[in-house]
Amino acid sequence: MTIGLYHPGHSPLHRLSAGTKVTGLLVASLALFLTPSVWFAFWSVPVAFAVYLSTGAPFRRLMAQLRGPAILLGLVLAFHLLFGSVADGLLAVTRFATLILLASAVTLSTRISEMAELVEWGLQPLRPVGVNPEKVGLAIALAIRFVPLIAEEFRHIREAQAARGLAANPLALIVPLVIRTLKSADELADAIEARGYER
Amino acid sequence: MTKDVSTRDIVYIALFAALMAAINLVPAIQIGFLPVPITAQTLGVMLAGSLIGAKRGGLAILLFVLLVALGLPLLAGGNGGLSVFFGPTAGFILSWPIAAFVTGWLTEVNWRRMNAIWFFVFSVIGGVVVVYLIGIPWLAMVAKLSLWDATKGSMIFVPGDLIKAGVAAVIAETVRRSYPLMQTVR
Repeated sequence: MTIGLYHPGHSPLHRLSAGTKVTGLLVASLALFLTPSVWFAFWSVPVAFAVYLSTGAPFRRLMAQLRGPAILLGLVLAFHLLFGSVADGLLAVTRFATLILLASAVTLSTRISEMAELVEWGLQPLRPVGVNPEKVGLAIALAIRFVPLIAEEFRHIREAQAARGLAANPLALIVPLVIRTLKSADELADAIEARGYER
Repeated sequence: MTKDVSTRDIVYIALFAALMAAINLVPAIQIGFLPVPITAQTLGVMLAGSLIGAKRGGLAILLFVLLVALGLPLLAGGNGGLSVFFGPTAGFILSWPIAAFVTGWLTEVNWRRMNAIWFFVFSVIGGVVVVYLIGIPWLAMVAKLSLWDATKGSMIFVPGDLIKAGVAAVIAETVRRSYPLMQTVR
């Protein structure tokens, strides 16, 4: 898997199983939302930041990933300062910061294939209500396979139009992309059925 | 995915989830009089519902959201990973599968009379109304804002969303005229 936010490494977080990490994340979020203490939330930020740094990804990349969430949290804080109370604002923003840092650490240190296995495993109890984890697994694998192909298709259409002197226009780009996707879906489904994957 | 989802449905669901990812490659557009750039994200949600129906469209977007959670950077600007679901805007993202389902359901029920106007109306109901009905209360709850403040903060995105519904309607109508859709529905 070349695309994705995963960063290969050997940190302690990398060695934990995906299930352990996701459980830990859920426990942390429950603890934060059940403890309405600003101090607890405040002091959890540096701890979460240390966990985030411990993934061993390059510092620049770690910081770049935090820019978007930081802007969002700045807006939330600004709203609280303008219309609400400072205490509520600090509590909300520190909670978010902790959880975003921890969740990013999990994503950075867990392979997508491991996460997908975790999802398939987690869906097993839903079998009686008609959920088929293998079909979900097939859908995940197909989609991951097709993201780069459709993105490539998108670039081809864009280049073909640019070569004919057309400016980038979402309408002219997306219509052929949708039709090509529908066509490849039909062809792929025919191919799978022809091989007797499903009776 | 339930028992009544065929292999053909799975292929459609997977390819539309991938298409949604590709649509997010369309760079955000800054329109002069609007305060925030328009990203293509909910355009894919509206299109999935309009083009492949309620069940497949909703599941396609659910699969897309799942791919983001697994750690693929598929949201606008290359965002993704579990952190998205712990931020203030998680409700908006989690509302997308339901939004696509609602748009798809309305489209299926009215398939015989579909045209660009109806595609626009149903895209607005699913891709704007449903998204805000779920996203705003969620934002208010997790960010400890009042419902009114959360609504005020979200309103800057409405003009862009309406423009997107218009674009989705024109695309859906063009595709409807040029490709046999929903053979299984009717």
